[in-house]
Amino acid sequence: MAEEIKKEAPANFKPDSYRVTIDNITIEVPPGTTILNAARQIGGDVTPPAMCYYSKLQGSGGKCRTCLVEVAAGSNADPRPMPKLVASCRTNVMDGMVVKNITSEKVLEARAAVVEFLLINHPLDCPICDQAGECHLQDLGYDHGKEGTRYEFRRRTFEKEDIGPYIQLHMTRCILCYRCTYVADQLTDRRVHGILDRGDQAEISTYISKAIDNDFSGNMIDVCPVGALTDRTFRFKNRVWFTRPIDAHRDCDKCCGKVTLWNRGDEVLRVTVRKDPWGEVQSYDGKPGWICNTCRFDKKHINDWVIEGPTRINRHSVISQGHYLGFKKPQETISEVMGGRHPKLMMDIHSISDVNIVDISQLPGPATSNTFEKDLNGVNIGMGTNTGEKD
Amino acid sequence: MGSKLLLDKVHIENIRSYDVYRREGGYRSVEKAIRSMNPVAVMEEVKKSGLRGRGGAGFPTGMKWSFLAKPEGVPRYLVCNADESEPGTFKDRYLMEFIPHLLIEGLIVSSYAIGSNRTYIYIRGEFKWIIDILEQAITEAKNNGWLGKNILGSGFDCEIYVHSGAGAYICGEETALLESLEGKRGNPRIKPPFPAVRGLWDCPTVVNNVETIAAVVPIINDGGDNYAKIGTGKSTGTKLISSCGNIKKPGVYEIEMSISVEEFIYSDEYCGGIANGRRLKACIPGGSSVPILPANLLLKTAKGDSRMMTYESLADGGFQSGSMMGSGGFIVLDEDQCVVRHTYTLARFYRHESCGQCSPCREGTGWMEKILLNIENGKGKMSDIDLLWDIQRKIEGNTICPLGDAAAWPVAAAIRHFRDEFEWHITNPDDAQRRNYGLANYAEPLKVVAV
Repeated sequence: MAEEIKKEAPANFKPDSYRVTIDNITIEVPPGTTILNAARQIGGDVTPPAMCYYSKLQGSGGKCRTCLVEVAAGSNADPRPMPKLVASCRTNVMDGMVVKNITSEKVLEARAAVVEFLLINHPLDCPICDQAGECHLQDLGYDHGKEGTRYEFRRRTFEKEDIGPYIQLHMTRCILCYRCTYVADQLTDRRVHGILDRGDQAEISTYISKAIDNDFSGNMIDVCPVGALTDRTFRFKNRVWFTRPIDAHRDCDKCCGKVTLWNRGDEVLRVTVRKDPWGEVQSYDGKPGWICNTCRFDKKHINDWVIEGPTRINRHSVISQGHYLGFKKPQETISEVMGGRHPKLMMDIHSISDVNIVDISQLPGPATSNTFEKDLNGVNIGMGTNTGEKD
Repeated sequence: MGSKLLLDKVHIENIRSYDVYRREGGYRSVEKAIRSMNPVAVMEEVKKSGLRGRGGAGFPTGMKWSFLAKPEGVPRYLVCNADESEPGTFKDRYLMEFIPHLLIEGLIVSSYAIGSNRTYIYIRGEFKWIIDILEQAITEAKNNGWLGKNILGSGFDCEIYVHSGAGAYICGEETALLESLEGKRGNPRIKPPFPAVRGLWDCPTVVNNVETIAAVVPIINDGGDNYAKIGTGKSTGTKLISSCGNIKKPGVYEIEMSISVEEFIYSDEYCGGIANGRRLKACIPGGSSVPILPANLLLKTAKGDSRMMTYESLADGGFQSGSMMGSGGFIVLDEDQCVVRHTYTLARFYRHESCGQCSPCREGTGWMEKILLNIENGKGKMSDIDLLWDIQRKIEGNTICPLGDAAAWPVAAAIRHFRDEFEWHITNPDDAQRRNYGLANYAEPLKVVAV
């Protein structure tokens, strides 16, 4: 079928997929895909970091310049390299494009420079910041930042501002990604949120501190990559890595009702949207799963929610600490220490502790005793057989 | 005496009014274009003339027009960029203030060529009185049938609107200008898509500088071939140069692009030499954002040739030993000027005018300004110079719009050519507060490497 089309194709025939090579990995993507989204399909280190781009917000991206990549060959038709580094989040792939991300020295240097620029006026108050642990700027600084700073001047500061009863704006931490203004534009009915002033004095604000009060304003907390917009019902309650994220849902007439609860014991400390591996809100049937302020701020009791199971947290995130994940048996060194003798141990803890053999956060539902069941040879057979439904 | 095409009638009394302008042969190009040429022929004539954009980048105008997308049923727009805010550039202001009908005439012809029925002049808000002059000119043109419906019975409609900016330098960048014209915050857009495909209200748009539009008038009147005969090489026609600084006769001059820089500075016809018997130290030949050149590199290229007032010759040697024609803001510095202070002033300007959208420009411009202020105030360290160099290198090319480059280039050029002056500021902080570094060796002839 495809060959027939090709035979009859006119001169300006456009294929339905473009081959693009990113860091020597070739992938086919539909036309109109950005370099960043193509790289996300490959995943891993090849994916450029993105601080301002948010695939669910129209028009976002291009501002932070962390996703700069080098285009070594424009396309099959025009294989010249692009003269400057381009923002991968806003540049569409062409057929035969060759992109260099982590294989390009220029890109790594520019990215380190952008991180330095983003951090010179950042307060670096992670120890008292609620976003710590799930902050994209922290991750970025960890991956691409320098140890010290070359900036010797007073950092820029702003007054803290309460915008509405639920959200606090701490402009000092802001990196001006504009994501929250796009939320205000595209999700809420009345825009009361924008940029005042310009240059390094630019600030996100509501006009004359007018309170943001509409049903989806809380989502701007979730899109904020740093700790500039924080949930006032959660501020200073707990560090995120001490809380336990649980997927839950409820019937809500305003939103999809699918959330992540961040619990300490049975206490619901905060409610957020569910996030995909790129830190963005998950989509259901192609629609982003934004949640309304009622679900986010008012339903803070565990009985309000139907629990689905533990949230998958990336192994690299500090939030996953304390969760049983990626368990590795320690190397037995004792026989080496004792000159090759094998002492008879009273009890081998790793053969007894059945809990550690199961990756609990990989389970589709809550763990039950069946999960840890073993066959006669001691091989776990419960893993994956649990469908989350009770017998 | 070189030929003048734009300013030849500017001295005539009351040329600002329609009657005098018409009597002096005004609006001939509109008659010629609309009566005897089709839009494609007008575009071809502009292409033949080799006219290059006078706003700074020097992109061939005819080519820019031909890139314009022409989808069916979608309006096309011509926008005239009169947001002239580059420090040192004031040529468009002069043109609009004294001979406004030339711009209106050029706009009608260009609109006809492009097919724009609604044409905008985006003018900077500080030019309050010029807005009145332009609106007066538009009304006069309209009353005499040059604007409005069915111009000269050709069936071509055109309206010109003047839109005032609100005091942001960034709105001179074409996409920021379009955002501002649409009533939004003037943040530059991410390109592509270019305005030729999706510009004003997502329609194909051409954005041209005032001088470019005005130059279309003599091109149509005398023919593109005749226009191309003036000047040298790919720098055809005449260029308005607004010269200022330590010269005897600052002002706006129309030059043929075939004279040398030396002639322009020292001849009595133009700047008339350096004021107060001082000597030339440095010059920014094309508006504040192009690299500064010391006297020896300004008058002679690195190869030892005489440097000419053309796009190519001013850019000869790249940024290593050359500069750019830019927008034609010719700023001359004599031996009493301090390059460090001068660079700080420019850095402060770009910090203040950065829109704050993308990180390298927002944070980098402020950082450079603070370091330069330290050096200027005698608190600098030797490592600051290398740090400045590193910061500018990381801003340049990594931003959305050219403002990042424009902020980086003056700093880079100042360090490249005047590093010893920066070092002197750091090693002699007390002296630097009392006196200037002086001319030093900046005017000494360069040793030309024998090949």
